[in-house]
Amino acid sequence: MNAVRNFLHGVGDRFRALPRWAKIVLAIAAAVFVYLLPIINPPLITTTDSDFGAVLFLCALYALVAIGLNIVIGYAGLLDLGYIGFFAIGAFTVGILGSAHGNIPLLLCIPIAMAVTLFSGIVLGAPTLRVRGDYLAIVTLGFGEIVRLVLVNADGLTGGSRGISNIPTPPSLDLFGVPHLVWDGFVAKVDLSNQTRFIQFSVTDSIPYYWLALTLVFIVLFLDWRMQNSRVGRAWEATREDEDAAELMGVPTFRFKLLAFATGAAIGGLSGALFATKQQFINPDNFTILYSVLFVAMVVVGGQGNRWGVILAAALLTWAPEKFRFLSDARFLLFGLVLMALAIFRPQGLLPPRRSVRAKRADEETEVLEEGAAHV
Amino acid sequence: MDLLLNNFWELTITGLAYGAIYALIALGYTLVYGVLRLINFAHSEVFMYGGFAAVWVLTAIGATKATGLGTAGFLVVAFATAMAMSALVALVLEFVAYRPLRKRNSPPLIALISAIGASYTLSEAMGLRDKPFKWFGKDQDLVRYVGRPREASPFPLNIEVKRLFYVFDYHVSNIDLIVLGAAIIMMIGLDQFVSRSRLGRGIRAVAQDPESAALMGVNRDRVIRLTFVLGGAMAGAAAVMYLLKVGQIRYNSGFILGVKAFTAAVLGGIGNLRGALLGGFILGVAENYGQAVFGGEWKDVVAFTLLVVILLFRPTGLLGESLGKARA
Repeated sequence: MNAVRNFLHGVGDRFRALPRWAKIVLAIAAAVFVYLLPIINPPLITTTDSDFGAVLFLCALYALVAIGLNIVIGYAGLLDLGYIGFFAIGAFTVGILGSAHGNIPLLLCIPIAMAVTLFSGIVLGAPTLRVRGDYLAIVTLGFGEIVRLVLVNADGLTGGSRGISNIPTPPSLDLFGVPHLVWDGFVAKVDLSNQTRFIQFSVTDSIPYYWLALTLVFIVLFLDWRMQNSRVGRAWEATREDEDAAELMGVPTFRFKLLAFATGAAIGGLSGALFATKQQFINPDNFTILYSVLFVAMVVVGGQGNRWGVILAAALLTWAPEKFRFLSDARFLLFGLVLMALAIFRPQGLLPPRRSVRAKRADEETEVLEEGAAHV
Repeated sequence: MDLLLNNFWELTITGLAYGAIYALIALGYTLVYGVLRLINFAHSEVFMYGGFAAVWVLTAIGATKATGLGTAGFLVVAFATAMAMSALVALVLEFVAYRPLRKRNSPPLIALISAIGASYTLSEAMGLRDKPFKWFGKDQDLVRYVGRPREASPFPLNIEVKRLFYVFDYHVSNIDLIVLGAAIIMMIGLDQFVSRSRLGRGIRAVAQDPESAALMGVNRDRVIRLTFVLGGAMAGAAAVMYLLKVGQIRYNSGFILGVKAFTAAVLGGIGNLRGALLGGFILGVAENYGQAVFGGEWKDVVAFTLLVVILLFRPTGLLGESLGKARA
């Protein structure tokens, strides 16, 4: 385990040590590679039993969810077990405005969905964020379930358990076709008969949706980075580490917690909207508490507070059950076992945030010093 | 609204019976939380295993129909197996999922992840229970136990519903009486055990201050094992009551019930035994009233809204969180 940790940090340090131009080139190359994944269909990674494009879309979607929840759990330290509630509100706002009760184009629906979830985050957060720790977890869990039940029962508005269909797609511009690669062993061939139209959103091809989701991931990631490195990010960190001390130093902790909660909610709503337009059909069964649990697992497994870690975990936890579909029923059993094993053998997550690595080392040093003093 | 007023006593009594089930499960959450500050997310699976154990044993001894003393005998067997099984599962859970974390001083959220993993593992293992037998070609011999693992397993013991006596205008049935009676016996037993026995004092000591308790000679690991066993046994008893009321159990039955029971524990003040009981009963009754006023589909909404409202006015639950401080 230590070897893996050292390797990952070694890669990180090496990357940081590179000159600026090389960093930019490498980052662009990596981004292009990620965009082209469903075209390249690399062997070993490609899921054979389910559409690779669709799986990648889900990976990107859940990465977006994980970035949003990471703000709430990782930065502000608020355990939110009802994140699926915001996801559902986002999806249903798009469904209701775009199909069930209106005809608003998608590009207008998405900002409205984000505004609605932002608002619902404030409405839920304002009373409940005064409650601390585990109580917050159960209140948010209750909220997630209330949202689902309201969706099931308010069938005049949401279609009840029948759900909403014909959700609008993003506008398409059909420019050119991109042929896919097929692999014969480790030899690649261009398959001209199988092309993805750039950029045509349709039920049959998930790849344009993947590109859209990925673009949103990069945008949100940039905003997330700017936010964490600002006064706001420092306020969150202070609140997370010691709320009373932060309050004494003049940080209005409640307001910053609410900000984190609402920002997270808006990102949840954005992902929900994206999910709705990709599926074109949603019903309340898509939004059970189990997803909230899965989202929290992504953030914690990835290393709370490290945006690359949570993205990695989100992609892995989404991809693995699809890749190992041949295990069919036993997938979730294995998923449970892997979560337990990770918790036991890698409690700080796959990629712990650097700051916490440093803090931990400092803690260990103090401990050693204190122990030494006690033995004298 | 009329429905509520006309059936007030019926709703109250059946609500109390459901509340008793919530309360018994909530005790498990509260005990573990009091001692370890940990939400034992997999407790709902402990409950589910107890229920299946009761179903299997009653199937094995052919308990389908009985009257009088026979019923009582079968029920005692069901309670004993369910409690033993749940206690065992809880013990294994502690050993596999939580002890290694405690040894490494991991942060509390990680314990939650381990608990979620354990919950998935346990519930899926039950949902796949026919697989290992299929490899040995034995699944047809054991089809009564492992056949159709994703479907609900019915409770084999068929107790004829008898109306015994009136509470105002509600005719109380034997099943209500068994559930409430058994629950109250368990609760008084547990309460007395924790407040009077030597081991119970150990539990309170660790809940109050683990380090001082260790210095005073309390074996912390043993106390933790004990709380898991006690909580498991209560969940097992609750499982038999659930089977009596609902009549069947599935591999995923535990989840929503666990959420409700945890809600009950928080409602009363998590870490506080009497709080869990109060929370369970209040939740059961309030749900039933809510169901009568707003309709059955809003039952769970009422439960969670009640929780949010109560936490707003009493942020640490109705009775406050204190397994250690109170004599309870």
